[in-house]
Amino acid sequence: MPIHTHLSDDGHCVTIRIEGRFDFSTHQAFRNAYEHEDGGVKEYIVDLSETTYLDSSALGMLLLLRDYAGGDAASIELRNCNKDVRRILTISNFEQLFSIQ
Amino acid sequence: MTKSQALRILIADDSDSDRLILKTLMRRLGHQVRAAANGSEAVAIFPDYEPDIVLLDVLMPVMDGITAARKIKALAGEELVPVIFLTSLTDADALARCLDAGGDDFLTKPYNKVVIQAKLGAFSRMRQMHQTLSQQRDLIGERNRQLLEEQQLAKRVFDNIAHTGCLDADNLQYHASPMSIFNGDILFACPTPAGGMQVLIGDFTGHGLPAAIGALPVAEIFYSMTSMGFSGSDVLREINDKLCRILPTGMFCCAAMIQADFHLNQLRVWNGGLPDGVLFRQDGGRDLLLSRHLPLGVVKASRFDAGMDVFHTRAGDTLLMMTDGVLEAENAAAERYGETRLRQALDNAPDHKAPIGTLLESIRSFTGEQSGRDDLTMVSLNMVVASEFREVAERLPQSALKGPAAWHCVYEVKDDTIAGSSPLPLLLHICMEVPGLRRKSAEVYTLLSELYTNALEHGVLGLSSDLKSSADGFSDYYVRREQRLDRVEGHFIRFELTHSTSPQGGRLVIVCEDSGQGFDHDRVLAPGATGALASHADNQQGKYSGRGLQLIQKLGHSLRYSEYGSRAEIVYDWESATG
Repeated sequence: MPIHTHLSDDGHCVTIRIEGRFDFSTHQAFRNAYEHEDGGVKEYIVDLSETTYLDSSALGMLLLLRDYAGGDAASIELRNCNKDVRRILTISNFEQLFSIQ
Repeated sequence: MTKSQALRILIADDSDSDRLILKTLMRRLGHQVRAAANGSEAVAIFPDYEPDIVLLDVLMPVMDGITAARKIKALAGEELVPVIFLTSLTDADALARCLDAGGDDFLTKPYNKVVIQAKLGAFSRMRQMHQTLSQQRDLIGERNRQLLEEQQLAKRVFDNIAHTGCLDADNLQYHASPMSIFNGDILFACPTPAGGMQVLIGDFTGHGLPAAIGALPVAEIFYSMTSMGFSGSDVLREINDKLCRILPTGMFCCAAMIQADFHLNQLRVWNGGLPDGVLFRQDGGRDLLLSRHLPLGVVKASRFDAGMDVFHTRAGDTLLMMTDGVLEAENAAAERYGETRLRQALDNAPDHKAPIGTLLESIRSFTGEQSGRDDLTMVSLNMVVASEFREVAERLPQSALKGPAAWHCVYEVKDDTIAGSSPLPLLLHICMEVPGLRRKSAEVYTLLSELYTNALEHGVLGLSSDLKSSADGFSDYYVRREQRLDRVEGHFIRFELTHSTSPQGGRLVIVCEDSGQGFDHDRVLAPGATGALASHADNQQGKYSGRGLQLIQKLGHSLRYSEYGSRAEIVYDWESATG
């Protein structure tokens, strides 16, 4: 499974780590990662340190997560992007929607 | 094992007793049997009898089992008809030879009922599986053929909707592979009433039908609004709004809008999510057109930024935009074409006015793919001298309806409406209802828009066109324009249009008044030029302003300013096309 989910001890923060290619094939697994958590989650961290590549359907999945987490009120951080991944996020101007570290 | 179903079995054995034993055994197991005395007989029976399984003795007169097996396999073609050799041979080499000859298995004499039953059952299952696979393969093949046929048809419909514009214009070059349409790529171009053009290139997320469907409303909005004279920003806002409503979250469209004005020598570009565009300058310089915006269909109208970057250009400058299929083109080793290779290819391009051919060649030699199988969309636009861009609008079909020809109307915009929307599409629409005037839409639009721009920028906003005398000032001018537009209060711009018919065509009188302080129109127009054609000799290249008024003079039969420049009147006499 290329997607790992970790819930913080206080139950407020979910970290989703994606290994390898983040594309349409990970659609279901990515959804499961955030939809199966219970109501206490206030913050999402998407850890892209092991992500080699991200395509436009992955951008779509990030938008779905954002909607799920409350739209404009969502707190989502995208962490540890490599250069290629960063480039794709930048071209799409996703820093306007997500906090990118 | 479940009870085996009845099979049709063909037996060939030259020994009468062996044949009888086997036949009886098979019948008892519930199968149908036809028996032959040699290979040749068996081959003759085979086509009509259509057996499920064939049992062949190896050594027979006339034709031996091995030859018969080859012929039967050939007759069976794609169908799997298991051939089992009957033999009293026991050495391994002989048995192997039977299988080499195309046999599927062998039974050794004397026959064992249990083994025979098990083998028949196994081969029957194998045959069924083979039949199922063949049927499914044929079904898939047929479905695929239907799908391709439907795609061809859909592509034709799509082309009729999407390519009604001016992609064939001389100053445009493009590449859009047939594959790319069904991957959600879009490329539209449409002449504007003002004599320029707008181009929209984009790429929907996802693939196939869902991606292609989104393209249709985008095409519809783009073409209708552009030909009505709406600006690129207006069109973008409308498309974004539409896509937000119809697309599910997670689906969106990376796109770039290009608005080219050949009179003003100006390009406006909006890039939301596409790779950097490139503007090749005539002098060898290069500007990058960066993606500054979220793609279309991501955020609602209140957060959507349709602001376009303005570039001053000269005839001969060329703009290149592409979808990310270019950067993501992969070779056999799964490497992507990428930005570095793209930059190198553009650096080495022999002709910057035609970058697409060079780029395609470079990408194809990288991927090793044949042409037509790629997933690339790109477009390049050459800035041309305004007079060389033949008015495509003149080709527009005339409306079949008879519209009003003699009328008078007053339209006034006030306060924040001035900043929020342009009255031009509406005014143009009214004028275009006049029978025959549609052919002159470019000229009428230019008159309206120049008057409006002057009234807004010099009148209401009080901007001096002196600012535009240098390239820096040129962009400064547009920054101030935006700032002042936000604070418009207590102002108006009023259009008064009167149309009457004449034997040759008609006369359109346009009066435009604004609430500003007026401006020094005499200085902008050539000395003593009011009411007459001005000399254009002093309008040297490189001067960034003052073109608007001269353009008006050239088109309108008379232009008169009064009230210190805050009231302008144009009388435009037009002749209907003969024949």
